[in-house]
Amino acid sequence: MADVSLRKVIKRYDDVEAVRGIDLDIADHEFIVLVGPSGCGKSTTLRMIAGLEDISDGDIMIGGDVVNDVPPKDRDIAMVFQNYALYPHMTVAENMSFGLRLKHYPKAEIKARVTEAARLLDITDLIDRKPKQLSGGQRQRVAMGRAIVRNPKVFLFDEPLSNLDAKLRVQMRIEIKKVHQKVRTTTVYVTHDQVEAMTLADRVVVMNKGRIEQIGTPNELYHKPATRFVAGFIGSPAMNFIPCRLEDVAGKLQIRLTDRIAFALPPARAARYNALPRNDKLVLGIRPEHLTESHAHLGPGIETFETVLDVIEPMGMETLVYFGLEGTPVCGRVNPNAGATDGAPMRLAMDLNNMHLLNEETGAVL
Amino acid sequence: MAEVVVQQGRVARTGTRKRGSLRNALGRKSTVAFFLTLPLILLIVLLVLYPAFYSVYLATLNKAMTKFVGLGNFTFLFKRETFWMVVKQSCIFAITAVVFKALIGFIVAHFVHNIPGKKQRKWRGMLLVPWVIPPAMSTLAWLWLFDPSYSAFNYTLSFFGVGPIPWLGDTFWARFSVILVNVWYGAPFFLIMYLAALKSVPDQLYEAAAIDGANWWQRIWYVTLPMMRNIIAITTLFSLIVTFANFDIVRILTSGGPLDTTHLFATWAFQVGIQSSDIPLGACVSLFMVPILAVAAIFILRDVTKRGNEA
Repeated sequence: MADVSLRKVIKRYDDVEAVRGIDLDIADHEFIVLVGPSGCGKSTTLRMIAGLEDISDGDIMIGGDVVNDVPPKDRDIAMVFQNYALYPHMTVAENMSFGLRLKHYPKAEIKARVTEAARLLDITDLIDRKPKQLSGGQRQRVAMGRAIVRNPKVFLFDEPLSNLDAKLRVQMRIEIKKVHQKVRTTTVYVTHDQVEAMTLADRVVVMNKGRIEQIGTPNELYHKPATRFVAGFIGSPAMNFIPCRLEDVAGKLQIRLTDRIAFALPPARAARYNALPRNDKLVLGIRPEHLTESHAHLGPGIETFETVLDVIEPMGMETLVYFGLEGTPVCGRVNPNAGATDGAPMRLAMDLNNMHLLNEETGAVL
Repeated sequence: MAEVVVQQGRVARTGTRKRGSLRNALGRKSTVAFFLTLPLILLIVLLVLYPAFYSVYLATLNKAMTKFVGLGNFTFLFKRETFWMVVKQSCIFAITAVVFKALIGFIVAHFVHNIPGKKQRKWRGMLLVPWVIPPAMSTLAWLWLFDPSYSAFNYTLSFFGVGPIPWLGDTFWARFSVILVNVWYGAPFFLIMYLAALKSVPDQLYEAAAIDGANWWQRIWYVTLPMMRNIIAITTLFSLIVTFANFDIVRILTSGGPLDTTHLFATWAFQVGIQSSDIPLGACVSLFMVPILAVAAIFILRDVTKRGNEA
């Protein structure tokens, strides 16, 4: 049993609330990612689970036991830090076995566990080196090895890939996923990188300003964001937000973006939004991949409009196009062969089946 | 500056051959570096090397400095009981004082390190005071504190029915007092060095150790001490040298008494050489510090460079 529960957890620094009442249940074997911008309280939450920060209010439970006042060493957790935090005067093997040696494990078992972890992480050749002689990626492996040999109830990762270059980050991301598939230990992982969150997590917890915005699987967050913050945070390039309003034209519900551009809503969407007051200030949320080039055979719910592109960014497999709708910058993704050119007019298609409608004041997705 | 000279060197190649080679020599970076460090080299030769060799020369003369006696002064010293007493006392004084200075510095540095922000600066400033007052002056204050009949110490102790203690009149207490004042004066140096070393240990190492299951004592033993090894070694060596060569504290408090039992190499060399006008013998005494300190230096600095590569 190694589920983790947070009940109304609050962290106050003097008169500033860094974490404002968090409720979270993490199941055994689950890989949970806490994601959010800097200062959203995600690292503080992790450190409270680790016991490195006291909690100001609420309860934290590991394996069913309240651990509020239990020191880190007695919580049976292992943590991987952003800057590795390896002991510079110890070799890789000594670093990895430090926790076990403190607990007076038999030497043979320590050796077996270190050898096994080193094999798992592919660092067997480095076992006698000092951290200084290792590259960033190797150091991060050792830090993970130090966590694995302990065989703890919970793994805690605090932005472990932030110090690595982009290529290595992708590689290590896959390594972390592989390791989790093998050891299946409950994992709480903190990152500000939404790609890491989406690729690693069983469930993602999006945090903002000390609160949880939404908890869900990566797919749920992507396709059914609960708030404007989540909608804008998950996905790259970010979702477009275009001010709009609803109107009834000839008995049909339509969405008006500009004086010139208005689209009839597809039946499913129309039914969903029909009850909304017509004069509310609303925002249309549409992801760039649902703004593509227009072509001859468009399905139902896909509407086209003419615009003048400001800038295009050819990415190879796709081209990002940027344009303005009454001063609101908008980004679309078109086929590289669609003939998009800087400053040229282009006919684009908007897939309204994948639209989101948000309340401008509350930011809630309707 | 080096740039200019180098360029002049290049231009000069068109001139006559002899002048050219001189200019070329000036143009080499190593030559420039030598000339730039020459003032310092001259100072060291004048103030360190010359006196050192001169004292070796002096140590080989007779009392009137008229005749070369070779190692005569040394063999004479070896036969004197006072000399061996001074050797013993210097070692006791330096080792005891350095151990206590290091211990107190380490403990206080931990306390100061844990004081938050602004308050820490105040404490740091106050704790440095003993070290910044000229020791000759502060030792005078201690001299009054140690006075047998009118001092604050004995007055205070009298309330508890203790004393009066002959602070500077009894061999044990005189040695104790001299070491006490040296510790009081030198501990802030250790404090400030250790504090700097403590600040350079990343917090995350302690957090990692805490999660690995290390208690407070194990964190100090397995993280703090290994991370501070180099600073501890260098600070200890430096302090050992300075403490071994101490002069002013003993000179002011006891002048080596009672019955020479607090003499150190420096104070005894002064008494023998200057006060008893046997300069060659005084020089001979002071030379004895060299081999003892050299051995200590080799032991302490044995693998500082090796460890330096780890951090």
